[in-house]
Amino acid sequence: MRLPKFDYVAPKTLDEALKALAAGGEGCRLLAGGTDLMVKMGHGLTAASLLVALKEIDELHGIRFDPSKGLSIGAATLIAEVAQHPDVLTYYPAMAQAARKTANTQIRNMATLAGNLCNAAPSADNAPVLLARGAEAEIASQKGTRLVSLDDFFKGPGQTALAPDEILTRILVPPPATGSGASYQWISPRGKVDISAVCVGVSLRVEGDRMKDVRIALGAVAPTPMRANGAEALLEGAQWSDTLAAEAALKASKESKPITDVRASAEYRRRMVSVLTRRALEEAHARAVEN
Amino acid sequence: MKHQIKLNVNGDDYELLVDPWRTLNEVLREDLNLTGTKLGCGVGDCGACTVLVEGKSVSSCITLAVAVDGKKIETVEGLAASGEKLHPIQEAFIEKGAIQCGFCTAGMEMSALHLLRKNPSPTEQEIREGLSGHLCRCTGYNQIVEAIADAADRMNTDQGKGVKP
Repeated sequence: MRLPKFDYVAPKTLDEALKALAAGGEGCRLLAGGTDLMVKMGHGLTAASLLVALKEIDELHGIRFDPSKGLSIGAATLIAEVAQHPDVLTYYPAMAQAARKTANTQIRNMATLAGNLCNAAPSADNAPVLLARGAEAEIASQKGTRLVSLDDFFKGPGQTALAPDEILTRILVPPPATGSGASYQWISPRGKVDISAVCVGVSLRVEGDRMKDVRIALGAVAPTPMRANGAEALLEGAQWSDTLAAEAALKASKESKPITDVRASAEYRRRMVSVLTRRALEEAHARAVEN
Repeated sequence: MKHQIKLNVNGDDYELLVDPWRTLNEVLREDLNLTGTKLGCGVGDCGACTVLVEGKSVSSCITLAVAVDGKKIETVEGLAASGEKLHPIQEAFIEKGAIQCGFCTAGMEMSALHLLRKNPSPTEQEIREGLSGHLCRCTGYNQIVEAIADAADRMNTDQGKGVKP
């Protein structure tokens, strides 16, 4: 499979990249890990006359954690780096779970966390936990920088809030509150390599015997990763019980809007939303109680 | 417009003029005649094209050559320098019958190298996870897993004798 012809620039700074992107116009695409873009271009699904590479930009690399500000992950950071980073493993174990589950070793060594979000697949493994954790996207253009909640980032399959002249520069995750916990649960028909048929991210906090800030995010069961607001409302401020968790899981399943495709039927997906949401709630709650 | 790039492949420096749309796989196989690295699915699923870039395993079929300008590349040809003893991973693959048609072998061995450098004594589960980005159409997975466990033993024993991992 030969790639179609295109030009390529690898700027060293964000300013140069923004300039190249603005000058490149309509046929310009950003290249991070390329694990989605190269495949789409090879299949003729995406056309580009110019690729602007992001990996040579030092300021977009790296993971920084500050207990008061939270986690900042640069747009050129590999999924493999997220999966192994000591601060992610300690303070954001569910994010590490999701990163570790993404594709296979080679892809994790090439692909970036930001790229996984910008590709905007409904099944993006890293989206549900980041949504549940209340992450934001830092977005830059030549006009300046803006912050967009991940809740407002996904617009449809392959569609995001990014304007053509914008670059997602960092993913920001709030610091883990005392007594909070999160979990990532997923199911796919063929284990490691396959895309998730359903994935669920949950984050919550316990205050006394009450649950607070309950956030449930579902992947691969709607045109975009989605929140299960109804299920969240059932749990918010309530006391933990297995019955209530099961009830909320069922509610999440009713809120999901899955389709039937090669990976699973809509009916199976709906049932799995319930199972995985319950498991994610149990794990997140257990972690919250520990923390 | 062609780009001038420098690659260090298996310790040898190359300066090349390449079109930006050419993959690392194409440049290795067609320009450098290093045909040990295979092209399988071409979309990063099968692992046959796996090489190491700066020590990290990647799919060379979806890596642009211009994107690895200045980087250190390791391919299967670098496992054992010509005329010398085979690498312990290669010896283990032969002895355990881990090579059938051989098409997946180069990629499997490079992922084995990546895994064993990070984890010199992996469990069977860790070996299987390390190979999750590879397909063997002959389905000889068990022998490959056994070979990598055997290679780990050989490398751990050989380390005192100066065999480089």
